[in-house]
Amino acid sequence: MKLVLGYFSIEDIQFAEEPRLEDGVLFVDEAALSAEVLADERLRAAHFEIARPGESVRIIPVKDVIQPRVKVEGGGEMFPGMASNVDVVGSGTTYVLEGMSVVTVGPIVGFQEGVIDMSGPGEVYSPFSQLNNLVLVVEPAEGVTPQEYEQAVRLAGLKTAMNVAELVRELTPERIEEFEHLNIVESSRKYPDLPRVAYVQMLQSQGLLHDTYVYGVDAKRILPTLISPTETMDGAIVSGNCVSACDKNTTYHHLNNPVIADLYKAHGETLNFVGMVITNENVYLADKIRSSNHTAELCSYLGLDGVIISQEGFGNPDTDLIMNCTKIEDKGIKTVIITDEYAGRDGKSQSLADASPKANAVVTGGNANMLVEIPPLDKVIGSSGYINVIAGGSAGSLKADGAIEAEIQVYTGATNELGFNKMSAR
Amino acid sequence: MAKEIERAGFPVAHICTVTPISKTVGANRIIPAIAIPHPLGDPSLDPANDKKLRREIVENALHALTTDVTEQTIFEE
Amino acid sequence: MEKFKVVHYINQFFGQIGGEEMATHPPEKRSGPVGPGLGLTAQFKGEAEIVATIICGDGYYNENMDSAAAAIVEMVREEQPDVFVAGPAFNAGRYGVACGAICKAVKDALQIPVLTGMYEENPGVDMYGKEIYIVSTRDSAAGMRSALPVIGKLLLKLARGERIGASVEEGYFSQGIRVNFFEEKRGSTRAVEMLVKKLADEPFVTEYPMPSFDRVDPMPAIKDLSTANIAIVTSGGIVPHGNPDRIESSSASKYGEYSIEGVADLVVGEWETAHGGYDPTAANHDADCVVPVDVLRDMEQEGIIGKLNPYFYSTVGNGTAVASSKQFAAEMAQKLIEQNVSAVILTST
Repeated sequence: MKLVLGYFSIEDIQFAEEPRLEDGVLFVDEAALSAEVLADERLRAAHFEIARPGESVRIIPVKDVIQPRVKVEGGGEMFPGMASNVDVVGSGTTYVLEGMSVVTVGPIVGFQEGVIDMSGPGEVYSPFSQLNNLVLVVEPAEGVTPQEYEQAVRLAGLKTAMNVAELVRELTPERIEEFEHLNIVESSRKYPDLPRVAYVQMLQSQGLLHDTYVYGVDAKRILPTLISPTETMDGAIVSGNCVSACDKNTTYHHLNNPVIADLYKAHGETLNFVGMVITNENVYLADKIRSSNHTAELCSYLGLDGVIISQEGFGNPDTDLIMNCTKIEDKGIKTVIITDEYAGRDGKSQSLADASPKANAVVTGGNANMLVEIPPLDKVIGSSGYINVIAGGSAGSLKADGAIEAEIQVYTGATNELGFNKMSAR
Repeated sequence: MAKEIERAGFPVAHICTVTPISKTVGANRIIPAIAIPHPLGDPSLDPANDKKLRREIVENALHALTTDVTEQTIFEE
Repeated sequence: MEKFKVVHYINQFFGQIGGEEMATHPPEKRSGPVGPGLGLTAQFKGEAEIVATIICGDGYYNENMDSAAAAIVEMVREEQPDVFVAGPAFNAGRYGVACGAICKAVKDALQIPVLTGMYEENPGVDMYGKEIYIVSTRDSAAGMRSALPVIGKLLLKLARGERIGASVEEGYFSQGIRVNFFEEKRGSTRAVEMLVKKLADEPFVTEYPMPSFDRVDPMPAIKDLSTANIAIVTSGGIVPHGNPDRIESSSASKYGEYSIEGVADLVVGEWETAHGGYDPTAANHDADCVVPVDVLRDMEQEGIIGKLNPYFYSTVGNGTAVASSKQFAAEMAQKLIEQNVSAVILTST
């Protein structure tokens, strides 16, 4: 498979009646986008806001962050099996709107979603503070179950991103990048002397607001499988989770997976990036055993020398991580794992729920329990009150003046376990 | 928690789904459960069978509490 | 602005009194910097000054630990310094132990920031590295030039009361406390580079060394179940409807004690979960699937168990620090002792 990404850099977003991209400024028609969202009768109200880097704006509670992309060549459309037909993607040409995202906001089950601070001391914990964000705020219709509502908001975000990206379908991108994924025979012929490396991506699959979808399939129902890294760039993996937002992968993360990007950078130089395996993090022990067995078998089948394993979330998935790591190491394949830590507010507790001496190469996204005090920002998109009940907050987190005192766990993507950020801990 | 309560002098039966974690952190009497969101039940069963399943796990826990152990033990059914 | 006042501790060798033959030299105080203190002063760039230097023989300190420490602490107290610094001791074992010990003694007695420096294999690191800042140096005095800027920088940060960064940033030995900081490269790049090194059998440094867990001896079994008082404890966050104690959905700061006296079944609408780490649908519908009151109540009626303890204890084990969990459990255990509980069923989600 070969995929070409064509980039358009978005310097600003403005509302306008005539949607267009002009000199790096994206003009969107709010009324038309809202009408599309409200075609879903599970949603009662929808409106858009714009949050730009450096503005004194807090967005809460954040459900998902999505980068607008459109497929202009090759099979399928973006987000196959979710927002388009379930065709194979990952080949051809896809256009990317860089420097912006669509952020979905809305109360989902009443508690637990993330925060983005566009400026102030919280900015460094908010990777998406660097983007121009088109924020979709939705409210559920009466009588809609949390499950239905979650699905409706997820789809609204994906569709909005696709609608926005349609604007560039006929334009010429500013720059392009090419990603090739060879079959295993070709790749071993091409790089016979380089170590064979694959990426094992663990997908959160623990239930409502803790799920991930692969070509529309709930990841808790998959067996570990091979997937082309280029498929993820076309939206084959979609986020359905936002609880304990600091270490959950948004759809933006899946589209821009930094492990894949960095393995491609090293590909042909210091290693041969053979491919990737996706697996899940289920709530049944038998599933954990089965999935980690299967993951190790697939790695062995690929004849690998090394693997990078990324986790999503924490707690019982620490066991999935350790099982994957030890079983792959037992096959004689060297591993590096990427995780984050829950070492307590004082940093003195054990960071992971599980451990093994075989996990001797760990990259960490930092301690999610770190407490921060953040002064108020001028504007809140959504509602500040949720800070008291989301994971990482506590009663009294929201001060009378709008300041917050909470763990960095509340910030969307703060301790991301794909290695998206520079934060670490020692 | 299991260790801290045991340290205070109580035998503890730790009912949990992810028994490997319990083993790693050091519980002594470990009872396998059904699933993380519902360790002692299965919402897909009818109420009577759900309760029966729960009773079996509790009986296994009580069995563990009346059994002397010298090392970490997982009480499979 | 007034300069920060620093007292510096060095041994007889760096105090230019003599070598091993002078190791029995008792503590003495001189005003101003001596030996390495001159180089250290240059690092302060006028922001701090060494007001006094205490010189003590390594042999003397190690053979008279308590009295030497007491005497030196008094010498330091007289100067009322803002910071106390010792060494660096490099790989000199007795000097390193003396530096670590006197830093700890001064810190405990005077409550001022302290620091020293030494080589990683110096026994002083093992003995005092978790309690005080010890800057990592080379193994001999040839490393003085590279050690002093690191010591000087950390010393000024401590004097100013600034937040101290992670051990790798500041150059001190890890104290076992996890501190966040920003690396130059993103995590995925670090992972790829670490893997390339591991594949080439080159040395690499893990960012998180795996912990070892302590063990507790198993308590004896209950002899007679039919007279036993069984208590339930859960980390699954089961609480009365509305979560009256407002136990946090993650990183819990508290636990709840809830009466189940006369309760035969935890019914929907009266009990729910506060836990944010799992899908709450099943537990909110029937909390017995986390806290099995219904089954244990039946067994109490049937005479299989003596009784079900009238209270159960609940917290949320989601991202909750081990230290907090330990504290909750220790407090619960005290209550369980008062309630004459025989054994505990602990359920986790």
